[in-house]
Amino acid sequence: MSSKNRKLQFSLAINEALHQMMANDKSVFLIGQGVKSPWYVGNTCQELLEKFGQERVIDTPVSENAVTGAAVGAAIAGMRPVVVHPRMDFMMYAMDPIINEAANWYYMCGGRSSVPVVIWGIINRGGEQAAQHSQAFQALFAHIPGLKVIMPSTPYDAKGLMIAAIRDENPVVYIDDRWLHRQEGVVPEEIYEVTIGKGFIRKKGTDITLVSSSYMVTESLTAAQELGKYGIDVELIDLRTVKPLDESLILKSLRKTGRIVIADGGWKNCGVSAEVSALVSEKGFKYLKAPIKRVTLPDSPAPASRVLEKKYYPNANNIIEAIQTSIKKKN
Amino acid sequence: MEPILNGDVRCPVHLYSGEEAIAAGVCADLTKKDYVFSTHRSHGHYLAKGGDMAELMAEIYGKEIGCSRGRGGSMHLIAPEKGMMGSAPIVAGTISLAVGAALASYIRKEKRVTVSFFGDGAAGEGVLYESLNFAALRKLPIIFICENNLYSTHLPISECRAGNNIYETGKLFRIKSYRTDGNDVLQVYKIAKKAVELCRKGQGPVFLEFMTYRMRGHVGPDDNIQGAHTDIRPEKEIAKWQKKDPIDKFERFLIKNKIMNKEDMGKIWKQAEKEAHKTHAIAHSSPYPKKGELTKHVFKE
Repeated sequence: MSSKNRKLQFSLAINEALHQMMANDKSVFLIGQGVKSPWYVGNTCQELLEKFGQERVIDTPVSENAVTGAAVGAAIAGMRPVVVHPRMDFMMYAMDPIINEAANWYYMCGGRSSVPVVIWGIINRGGEQAAQHSQAFQALFAHIPGLKVIMPSTPYDAKGLMIAAIRDENPVVYIDDRWLHRQEGVVPEEIYEVTIGKGFIRKKGTDITLVSSSYMVTESLTAAQELGKYGIDVELIDLRTVKPLDESLILKSLRKTGRIVIADGGWKNCGVSAEVSALVSEKGFKYLKAPIKRVTLPDSPAPASRVLEKKYYPNANNIIEAIQTSIKKKN
Repeated sequence: MEPILNGDVRCPVHLYSGEEAIAAGVCADLTKKDYVFSTHRSHGHYLAKGGDMAELMAEIYGKEIGCSRGRGGSMHLIAPEKGMMGSAPIVAGTISLAVGAALASYIRKEKRVTVSFFGDGAAGEGVLYESLNFAALRKLPIIFICENNLYSTHLPISECRAGNNIYETGKLFRIKSYRTDGNDVLQVYKIAKKAVELCRKGQGPVFLEFMTYRMRGHVGPDDNIQGAHTDIRPEKEIAKWQKKDPIDKFERFLIKNKIMNKEDMGKIWKQAEKEAHKTHAIAHSSPYPKKGELTKHVFKE
């Protein structure tokens, strides 16, 4: 196989980004809970400790607030830290250093000191883990000025966005979904960036615009393929970056299709789907042929029981239904 | 006081009066390569670390030439070229940042020392204990400095803690911890020197608690006397601490030991007053930030 078509697992694409960036730049280091334990971080951090030593691969006690603050402080002092939260839920302990300090820092110092830190949170849901091991908090962070929020959906993006995040001069919240970790895809061996702030058209289409991100892209692709069989040609936009949104890509697609469905793995209220809806209402209202439809989690904490869990997480069927409603075309 | 009373200064200022010996004594032991992180009460730390006074004043006036370009105000003072890395008012919020800066020095194998200044109120925040543990675990070159002025905004320490024993918390984490009179600049200098030496030798962290008192209230020029508008501190207590004022104390020492006479001291006071007036004038006459630049500095390009 030529290196151009080399395939890699999503989680190993992250691992490769970390290896290459740490080898390339001595100011890059990894800190967080479980970085030496596959039980926490799967194979995303494998062989980093062996290669770069415990001074740059720092497994920590459960002290999310201080550890995240330390990453922010190290960034202020000239390093490029990646701080990992193997379950995003625990990242809530670190809201002060992320929001009060990192997000505001560059502004409140009048541009005299920046915070090039990557705050990496893993959504770790399913498996009857219930409400505190399942949450997807992208909207929380997207609300905050001074933070960038990125959500890769493919192995290619997992690597390219991690590299872009490490190189960015600002605090970047990198959110990945454990449900994507085993996916395989083509990943170039060299160092490359996926541009933060730019979305990507996963599938071109003419009938309806489907806006999606992270794991929901997988469900959206299934939905688009299924609908194709019935003559519905879906254009699928992968946001890649939740903040700042690629407004022009969304509006350009909507202008062509006149219909839009937004699929997000978070909640509906004040969520990413609400933000995209507001964008469409404010700047794309004249293109709309039908009301905006949203596919999200219900307004409820995550349940444990498998029966409820299956109902809780939206899938391709929910997206198909939403698109059919929008198009008013029964198959 | 005047610029506050006449409305030129509207930004809340947390005055350092009464605690000057701590910043002066500690920063005299540091070089400009060493890092300092501070709090809402940061004017003293900024100046002692070498920050420019006119830039400080302009920041308080909300001007573009201010050290934070008028975006931060009195609680966000920075002079990175002097090692004054920043200050912020979320209580205990900069302690973990300082730990991170010390971690950066540890990774880069530098001899640099980081000082984290915080008040007694910060001892009520959990992040202090997380930070102490992590710094001790990694033996980071950091000095945790608690300026215990006995009040957390309005609340006396007796209503915040079961015991007035903040420095002892460092010991729980096997950190060398000391408590000293924070109003005696020579004692402050001496103990901080020892702490800096330990950190440079890789024997950090160190925890220092300096006992002190703020001569003004929590914020602004009000002195928070009981019975007055803000009604916090007994008049007798304030009078007792006025007698321990750190600047008076140092002056008495200088005179007693014939290092300086009253006349020379008067010259220094005059010079300082002149300088302060000059910086006020600079701050007052310099331009505000441009309205069109409201969202400049949200992201670094």
